[in-house]
Amino acid sequence: MSLLDYFRSTKKNTASTAKERLQIIVAHERNRRNSPDYLPQLERDILAVIRKYVDIADDQVSVSLEKSSDQLSVLELNVTFPDDKK
Amino acid sequence: MAKIIVVTSGKGGVGKTTSSAAIGTGIAMRGFKTVIIDFDIGLRNLDLIMGCERRVVYDFVNVINGEANLKQAMIKDKRIDTLFILPASQTRDKDALSKEGVERILNELAQEFDYIICDSPAGIESGAMMALYFADEAVVVTNPEVSSVRDSDRILGMLSSKSRRAEQGLPGIKEHLLLTRYNPERVIKGEMLSVEDVGEILAIKLLGVIPESQAVLNASNSGTPVILDEDSDAGQAYLDTVARLLGEEVPFRFLNVEKKGLLKRIFGG
Repeated sequence: MSLLDYFRSTKKNTASTAKERLQIIVAHERNRRNSPDYLPQLERDILAVIRKYVDIADDQVSVSLEKSSDQLSVLELNVTFPDDKK
Repeated sequence: MAKIIVVTSGKGGVGKTTSSAAIGTGIAMRGFKTVIIDFDIGLRNLDLIMGCERRVVYDFVNVINGEANLKQAMIKDKRIDTLFILPASQTRDKDALSKEGVERILNELAQEFDYIICDSPAGIESGAMMALYFADEAVVVTNPEVSSVRDSDRILGMLSSKSRRAEQGLPGIKEHLLLTRYNPERVIKGEMLSVEDVGEILAIKLLGVIPESQAVLNASNSGTPVILDEDSDAGQAYLDTVARLLGEEVPFRFLNVEKKGLLKRIFGG
């Protein structure tokens, strides 16, 4: 770094941004890789059922299957209802 | 028993062929009988990097189809006695490699060779899958850059689920991280992911770090594997990498910026 750069330098660290983004996307993709093939369809079906009653967007339902031990897997269903429901 | 090592990455242009050529040459320099196979059907390039492009007569697909035997298709390196290259075909038929065909050739090569290096094509299609399917070990070539790291993680998933070892319930493929095009100066400035960052995200054992180097282009220009340029930083880094692959403990080099003089620091350079 030259003297001129030293005075001009703005501390913007893009490498740490890259690392954070990667950690999130890689964890997300690993999770999906290890989940059963029927999970996306299950998610769509659940979404369709809920839509019969409440109007929600695609990203307001998240389904994840977590293996907590050899014998036990937990299906986690997270639905965010819109605020302005009557 | 031959050891099969796949050099893979998912993303293109990260240095798979350069690394295959360097690692294969390095292992052969140690006296092991080594063959490097180009799995990039349709886009043959290993021959150019190895400098034997004008000696290609038959290729991998010819051997699989029984149009030539291995002895006719393999090219013996002119620099190192124990090194051979099996070039890729330039056919446009992407599915020219069958699992049975590849297995037959690998079994035949395993009779004669100590190491079989499979230079994988980019992507996750059949050629790349075929290159990794029979592997005992994998060298995952990664650049310190977001898309390359993500694709490497994808390939790690394939290695643990889509390989012969996975399908037959054998111990998994031994995975190694090879970080290429590393620029310590930019890492210090916070402009590039560090070795530690990439290691933390991918969580596999670090095999080597190859610095971004002018020697790599010079080597490919002249058709010489860069590991033979023993005075260059990249050449030395590949020599260390090969030593580690063979089980030796070698300290990592080229991770830090060389010290600059006061004048250079003030005026830049």
